Amino acid sequence: MSGADIVAVAQPLPRTRWQRLQRQYSLAAIGAGIVLVWILVALLAPVLAPYAPNAVSVGTRLLPPSVIHWLGTDELGRDVLSRLIYGARISLVAGFVVVTLGAVIGTLLGGIAAYAGGLVEEAIMRLTDLVLCFPPIILALAIGAALGVGTTNTIIAMLVVWWPKFARLARSLVLQQRSLEYVEAALVAGFGPGRILLRHIIPNSIGPLIVLVTLDVGNAIIIFAGLSFLGLGVVPPTPEWGSMISEGRELVAQWWVASFPGFAILSIVLGFNFLGDGVRDWLDPRSRQF
Amino acid sequence: MLRFLVARVTSMLVMALLATLVVFLITNTVPGDPVLAQLGDQAASDPAFVAQWRHDYGLDRPLWERYFIFLEGVSHGDLGRSIHSQRPVMDDIEEYTPATLELATVAFILTLIVGIPLGILAAVKRDSWIDHLARVVSLLGVSSPTFWLAFILLAVFYGYLQIAPGPGRLDPIALPPPTVTGFYLIDSALAGDWDTFQDAAAHLVLPSIVLAAATIGLITRTTRASMLEAIRQDYVRMSRAKGLRERSVILGHVLPNALVPVVTLGGLAYANLLTGAVLTETVFAWPGLGRYTFLSAAALDFPAIMAITLIVAVTYLVVNLITDISYAVLDPRVRQ
Repeated sequence: MSGADIVAVAQPLPRTRWQRLQRQYSLAAIGAGIVLVWILVALLAPVLAPYAPNAVSVGTRLLPPSVIHWLGTDELGRDVLSRLIYGARISLVAGFVVVTLGAVIGTLLGGIAAYAGGLVEEAIMRLTDLVLCFPPIILALAIGAALGVGTTNTIIAMLVVWWPKFARLARSLVLQQRSLEYVEAALVAGFGPGRILLRHIIPNSIGPLIVLVTLDVGNAIIIFAGLSFLGLGVVPPTPEWGSMISEGRELVAQWWVASFPGFAILSIVLGFNFLGDGVRDWLDPRSRQF
Repeated sequence: MLRFLVARVTSMLVMALLATLVVFLITNTVPGDPVLAQLGDQAASDPAFVAQWRHDYGLDRPLWERYFIFLEGVSHGDLGRSIHSQRPVMDDIEEYTPATLELATVAFILTLIVGIPLGILAAVKRDSWIDHLARVVSLLGVSSPTFWLAFILLAVFYGYLQIAPGPGRLDPIALPPPTVTGFYLIDSALAGDWDTFQDAAAHLVLPSIVLAAATIGLITRTTRASMLEAIRQDYVRMSRAKGLRERSVILGHVLPNALVPVVTLGGLAYANLLTGAVLTETVFAWPGLGRYTFLSAAALDFPAIMAITLIVAVTYLVVNLITDISYAVLDPRVRQ
């Protein structure tokens, strides 16, 4: 190890404010860009898709990518690009719904637990621990199998395993806030516990929750696609990325059927991860050192 | 330390008992009907046959009674009979567990020997190309869908380049080694059958890379962050000041302290590997617990699903317990 390394480790290199901003947020901007593009694709799917996503055509089975079918066709002669474009809708909706509802349910439960204390807190937090002791995908698979195939059922199954991490985070945040003076002031002013929790404490502890939400959407999209891949997520022939990969997984020579939907998932998840890291740096300057 | 142990073990046992209740309720109170999933249309339309079938599997008894029957069975290792394979679920699980353990263990070793050094280098050479490489590797690993990565690696290395073997644990025409541990690597080595050993090792390469991909990212990031935190401490400045070589400072002083959080995560990562196996095994036709889970879920084989979910949950709890204990051993402050 040379002397230069030691210096580099011991004292951070001086940077100008602009360089630091650029370094910190260029990835976040790229992430936001990717996410925005996918949202637009999902919204404009009927305009952008060159073919109907479920139009079966026996004459055009398994065509490689070409000028006519940019990403080729699948086993039923359906246009892969069109299905990919429509697939963005389900993935984004599933990701947002699971994380948003999971965050709302978790935050409320965690908030109530911290605020109420005593038996209520004990009950809610043990329930949280209980769900967390199951690996998410296995529990979701068991619940999903029991409820039956379908987008709504899969989202419900995911919600059951999704809220506990938010409950834990919300509880610790509320406990932190509750001892602060403004809560006492609100109490003295005669506000009820519901109002103090919803109008004062939660808005003040929302930062870390937003970080977790942003980082989590990508995660939810991957798990949803995974459950679809296993045959739970959507009812065929609904175009969905996970099930598209599942349909193409035996087709090694016709690689385009399964690989393009995977790139779609990879890009959107990377987008959310970049964005989430940026949001974290912005809201929590302490984490910037790392 | 003893009080800490007793408290942790007690709470683990309580959680395990509650877990049996959760698993039981999920599989017994939800709408999916195993009758329709298992019996053909003709059999399902014959009420007498359906009633007999429900009776055979105890599905006609009240819920609480079924729970106690289930619990009594669990207490002496009887997890019911699989509707699908018609065998005791325990037999199925015993048959499939070694394959999963072998795969998860190889992937775990891979995670550690790649993730920890990469995290150390990234922290020591912060902002250098290797730091950026580590960031890219971990981001890609965390962001790639496992099942897709499995397909891509199979397509490239098996389908196109033809340098890797196909799905499965062994070549389709090869015979498995005589069973001692169920780990093909160990069993074939014990039998002195080096051809089979090589075959089994080659079949492990792609699935273990796929399985390790996500956890490598996790371990790398944690190691890096915790190294950077440790490097800033006073004792590091002190040891530099007294003239220790940089290598001794990093490996002798920074690393042992930085590894504490990694140990906690390591336990979690191993448990994650066991479950990440569901997707990986399905793609690689790996005859393990993960694929069994998937097949049981698809067939609504409730006794099997219950048993697996329960076993995995208990494994999770045990791994967490071991992690907590090793954490307490490494960092005495936790014990209070």
